[in-house]
Amino acid sequence: MDKVHLLQSLAVALFALGLAGVVIRRNVLVMLMCMELMLNGANLSLVTYAHQMGSAVGAVLVFLIFVVATAEIAVAIPIVLLLVRRKHTLDIDAYTDLKG
Amino acid sequence: MKHTLLLVALLPLAGFLVNGLLGNRLGRRFVSVVGCGLPLAAFALTVKAALDLAAGGYAPIVETAWTWAAIGKDTFAVAFWFDRLTMVMALIVTGVGTAIHVYSIGYMHADKSYARFFAYLNLFLFFMLLLVLGRSLLVLFVGWEGVGLASYLLIGFWFDDEANAKAGKKAFIVNRIGDAGFLLGMFVLWSTLGTLDMDAINAAFMAPVLPAVSASLVGVLLFIGATGKSAQIPLYVWLPDAMAGPTPVSALIHAATMVTAGVYLVARLSGIYLHAPEASALVAAIGAATAFFAATIAVAQNDIKKVLAYSTISQLGFMFVALGVGAYGVAVFHLTTHAFFKACLFLGAGSVIHALSGEQDLRKMGGLARKIPVTFVTFAIATAAIAGLPPLAGFFSKDEILWFAFASERGGSTLLWLTGSATALMTSFYMFRLLWLAFLGRSRVNAEVAHHVHESPWSMTGVLVLLAVLSAVGGFIAIPHFLEPMLPLPPVVPALHHYETPLVAVAVAIGLAGLAFAAYCFGGDGARGARIADRFAGIRRVLAGKYFVDELYDRIISRPLLWISDRVFLKVSDRALIDGTLHGLAGMARRAAGGFGRVQTGNLHLYAFLVLAGLVGALAWSWRHG
Repeated sequence: MDKVHLLQSLAVALFALGLAGVVIRRNVLVMLMCMELMLNGANLSLVTYAHQMGSAVGAVLVFLIFVVATAEIAVAIPIVLLLVRRKHTLDIDAYTDLKG
Repeated sequence: MKHTLLLVALLPLAGFLVNGLLGNRLGRRFVSVVGCGLPLAAFALTVKAALDLAAGGYAPIVETAWTWAAIGKDTFAVAFWFDRLTMVMALIVTGVGTAIHVYSIGYMHADKSYARFFAYLNLFLFFMLLLVLGRSLLVLFVGWEGVGLASYLLIGFWFDDEANAKAGKKAFIVNRIGDAGFLLGMFVLWSTLGTLDMDAINAAFMAPVLPAVSASLVGVLLFIGATGKSAQIPLYVWLPDAMAGPTPVSALIHAATMVTAGVYLVARLSGIYLHAPEASALVAAIGAATAFFAATIAVAQNDIKKVLAYSTISQLGFMFVALGVGAYGVAVFHLTTHAFFKACLFLGAGSVIHALSGEQDLRKMGGLARKIPVTFVTFAIATAAIAGLPPLAGFFSKDEILWFAFASERGGSTLLWLTGSATALMTSFYMFRLLWLAFLGRSRVNAEVAHHVHESPWSMTGVLVLLAVLSAVGGFIAIPHFLEPMLPLPPVVPALHHYETPLVAVAVAIGLAGLAFAAYCFGGDGARGARIADRFAGIRRVLAGKYFVDELYDRIISRPLLWISDRVFLKVSDRALIDGTLHGLAGMARRAAGGFGRVQTGNLHLYAFLVLAGLVGALAWSWRHG
């Protein structure tokens, strides 16, 4: 198994781990962290392919994704804060009434 | 002026717009000035156009207003055509029309929808002028439909009463049946000749090589349209009901102008009918039958306006007899004199109704001659005119019709003459009966109404006098002679020439006989008339019931149509098929949505799991098919 395969497998593993975490865990903060994990799995895959093709574009794109992810977290954390302030719990099942 | 004819048509339209949009704000005086002033101006312009026509040696004046549509290489222009026939028609429409507008000032003065009335009346005048001035059948047809609309609006003018609204609807629908024939006729003409200009159509049929279409087919199709508009058998049933409208409307639309549109149409397209002996024979037969049957019905009616309505149908029948035997100019002559005396009669009846606070039943009139003398005298003159007493207008025109019905080489026959003469006798009888029952004899007016009986204001009586004078002297206007260069009179069978003078004597005798019989029946205390009526109670019931034609139409046409509409179209097609399909589809969507709606639990884990499942499914699918 060469390096690319190895890195790609790692990316898939990261992504799967994140996805499983989002599906299984109930804590909102942990779910957010798992989503970051999925994002980084995708980033790793992107960087690996960019390296293989010898192009810098993939690497630049990853930096852009970092920026977007940061912004996303900056929005998500205050939302979590507001939710917790209302019900004093981080358990996602407490918020099923938000379906409208 | 370059656009005289266009202006003639547009002036009443301006009146319609002004009165219709602003009339209610601007007060009655203003409405009256606009409503009567613009038709008067149109009349003045028509006179000017007539003088121009005479100055130009009667070469037709053509005016193209604008091109309506250009489709491929065919263009449809809104063009006006002014020749001798148009001149006669336009003068009647604007002249009599203006007089009736003036009369309406007095008649409608207490109505709450004064402005609306004048707006509609002006609208009618606009469409009627479009009808008579149009060069192309298409323009004529627009006017034809437009006067139908105006007629509908004015019959149902007092729409608070449902009967009036229904009468308007009946007129409109019955006319549509005739219009179907008219349209088919236009299609046939267009597809063979490629033009709808009436001068071109006439020229095509007058050419040595006839167009490749049966003139009789076109003639019959167009005549079907004419039977609708001009109230001939079998489509005459709307006209008596149309009397639900205000009386000036009955006078203007349902006696003097609109209902003569069919006569005008046939006269205008005489080129077709000259080459269509079968169609002409049909026109004459329908005309004679209508004249006769309508006259018999009129004898037994007790509503003053109904008598006049059937009389109108009967007189229109006379005109069609003249058209059928090729005497087009004579038909237009009778149309003219009829416009004078029938407008006078209707307006006189309006004056009577006005005096009696709305009473229309002849059995509750009588002895009005002293109380409303001007109305009586004018009504009597018009009655004598329609009865055909010399030297009044109706005598000349009716006598010429009967003469050509007898002696024309284009289908005149003794039978036509006999029917016509019998009709003339009945006309004279029922008109003098009307005169006697309304104005002479003992008063049967009930005391409360009798207290209020009054002569109408000058705006009404003045118009009555004017029309009475025209009814008296109108016969001396030699319209057939005037139209002869355009609509030549049919040749007369030479062997019958020496009958002309005796027939005139017979016609006069017939008029006097009707008068004498009416005097015999209704003079004195009227007991003789009642005795005769009792002896023929059966016939009387049939006549008073108008031969039960309305009931017959109801049975054989309306009810089966209603049945089919209800059972087949409504219950099967509409409700079961169309509604059923749509409701089924909607139900399916609703059930499916209900099922999917359960998935939305609000549980984020479930959503994430579904995303996962979808992802796995998509991957598996692409694996297998990749």
